[in-house]
Amino acid sequence: MAEVAINGVRKNYGDLEVIHGIDVSIEDGEFVVLVGPSGCGKSTLLRMIAGLEAITGGTIAIGDRVVNSVPPKDRDIAMVFQSYALYPHMTVEKNMAFSLRLKGVDPSVVAERVGTASEILGLQPYLKRYPRQLSGGQRQRVAMGRALVRDPQVFLFDEPLSNLDAKLRVQMRTEIKELHQRLKTTTVFVTHDQVEAMTMADRIVVMNDGNVEQIGSPLELYDAPQNTFVATFIGSPSMNLMEGAIRTGEEPAVEAGEMRLPLPKEAASLGEGRKVVYGIRPEHIELSDRGIEATVGVIEPTGSETMVFFRSAGHQIVSLFRERHDFRPGDTVHVRPRTDLVHVFDSETGRRLAFG
Amino acid sequence: MSSIAGSKSGLTWAVHLSVLALVLLWLFPTVGLFISSFRTADQISTSGWWNALFPAEQGLVLRTGTAADQVQDGNLFVVSGNLFADNDENTDATISTWGTSSRDISAYEPGETADLGDDGRLTVGANGDYRLESDAELTSRRGERVFVTAKTPPEFTLQNYERILFSGSTTDSMAKAFFNTLTVTIPATVIPIVIAAFAAYALAWMRFPGRALLIAAVVALLVVPLQLALIPLLRLHLGIGIGKGYLGVWLAHTGFGLPLAVYLLRNYMVGLPRDIIENAKVDGATDFQIFTKIILPLSFPALASFAIFQFLWTWNDLLVAKVFLIDATGETTVMTNQIVELLGTRGGNWEILATAAFVSIAVPLVVFFAMQRYLVRGLLAGSVK
Repeated sequence: MAEVAINGVRKNYGDLEVIHGIDVSIEDGEFVVLVGPSGCGKSTLLRMIAGLEAITGGTIAIGDRVVNSVPPKDRDIAMVFQSYALYPHMTVEKNMAFSLRLKGVDPSVVAERVGTASEILGLQPYLKRYPRQLSGGQRQRVAMGRALVRDPQVFLFDEPLSNLDAKLRVQMRTEIKELHQRLKTTTVFVTHDQVEAMTMADRIVVMNDGNVEQIGSPLELYDAPQNTFVATFIGSPSMNLMEGAIRTGEEPAVEAGEMRLPLPKEAASLGEGRKVVYGIRPEHIELSDRGIEATVGVIEPTGSETMVFFRSAGHQIVSLFRERHDFRPGDTVHVRPRTDLVHVFDSETGRRLAFG
Repeated sequence: MSSIAGSKSGLTWAVHLSVLALVLLWLFPTVGLFISSFRTADQISTSGWWNALFPAEQGLVLRTGTAADQVQDGNLFVVSGNLFADNDENTDATISTWGTSSRDISAYEPGETADLGDDGRLTVGANGDYRLESDAELTSRRGERVFVTAKTPPEFTLQNYERILFSGSTTDSMAKAFFNTLTVTIPATVIPIVIAAFAAYALAWMRFPGRALLIAAVVALLVVPLQLALIPLLRLHLGIGIGKGYLGVWLAHTGFGLPLAVYLLRNYMVGLPRDIIENAKVDGATDFQIFTKIILPLSFPALASFAIFQFLWTWNDLLVAKVFLIDATGETTVMTNQIVELLGTRGGNWEILATAAFVSIAVPLVVFFAMQRYLVRGLLAGSVK
């Protein structure tokens, strides 16, 4: 086990810079998730940690050793690939034992480690099978088992769950988290699925376009997104964002077209007329007698909660209700954002504006 | 495509017909050659191989026993026996008609008795049993001629193979040529595969400057006709002292086979999933270990298909062997060359030629059927996704 320090790491393909100087420090035993839309550079960053991509600038250190020029096999890491990358011509047992055999570990030790790993993952009945005889979930487990037997300093996961069906994905998510709680090995996990990131991570690194947008615990990201990108990326359905100008006064608000969106009193400090983006999460919108008049559009019930799309003064507002309301499309209702949970961002830079 | 609802192609029958035509095209000559190789020269000249499986009507000239065989039975002198057995013919034949004169070979039915005048009376049964009776003692030193028209059941012989393989005759024997061909073919298949597999891995998965140029050069070499290189290469061999011999022909076949081998194997290896190779790197494998433990086992279908190609054309090769191997002593002749010589010395003996030809195609057939399952087996199933 070891910490991973990423300092000012950049990556160029020819003249094209795809990662623009990233600093992340991952503590010993931490479960860090790199999340972002496809093409944001998260997999590239992971592959640089693994040593499968050269680092153009900056340093990556595992433990207290800078590994920029250390080949993958000497970095003491284990990686689980999206495609699982099992060796098709070897049985499950041989797949798991492969790395230890290469190292020349004593066969009895190899057998013991493979035995332990397969027990943890419930793979014992399948040890003599070939990958092609296994289901998707079982292959996924073999890929993890192969990493487990190594007992490496760092686990790297590259979107390992995206080839599984929805139900299995949720199950494996829990299993990976359980495994981490048990082994306490430093883990870097790449995904494009924010739900996966939120549920599994100790800390999340949100990436976009080769930059880190925000680093923080799942709830920090949810409660205090540092910019509009993180605000919309984290949370499902994503945050309502409306551009407008601040109106101070008795009841401070953001005026977006004909809509007046209420702000807490302290927000008056932001200054009259300032152009901002007003953000409110769907679950923080309530029905109210005196609020914004809105017309009910599409209603999407999921059972535990109901998503409702309102239209009001040319804006679409999504809201999420846990309680059940007897809406019909076309009804006119009044809704009101909970002012204590409002987010305000600068409309030019997209950065979060603090107040109060 | 047939699994897509409602879109069963109307051309399916055309596909089936073409397959059938191809199969027949391939099968007819092979089976013909195979059957002919088990027939005698007489059989080949009287009927086609497609008749060989059915009883054949055959005209034979046989002789009865001579005076020396006669026994006295009361006051008759009798020679008896079986026409087929006495003449070393197939005893399962059935006589339909017979005669005693070449002008009328079907004068009698089986069981009838022919009066031969002074020479007595001859009775011939359907199975060839005969009885020649005479009141006076027989004096002729040669037996009576009997012309029979007989239906002989299918008959096959191993004589041709015996002659071709085991007789040791200098003109007909293929045994030595067979082993010479093996001596040429096996190293000429193994050497290029080994070299090409290493080269293909490097060209597919290792990064080094000039890789793209090297690949382009390999592709360019694919279209160079080997005849261009015959003379310069032979001069080189003679110049550096290899001369004509096995080493020279191995090197020549290796050189001529390499461009295709490298090209085929490299294209196959480059299609192997990158993740597997990267995973092996993370798992701690060196390039050499990746090659031997991952790439080679996974490339088996490609190796097998190239092995079949290379084996077949070195086996059937005449030109390269003539140029680089066969010298005046003829000690190192290969089968193709031996067959060419047989065409000269035994041009009329189809049974010898058919047998020689079949001996030379037997090994390729075995190789093909033994290896073809590797061509179709998808070794990669289940590795990724």
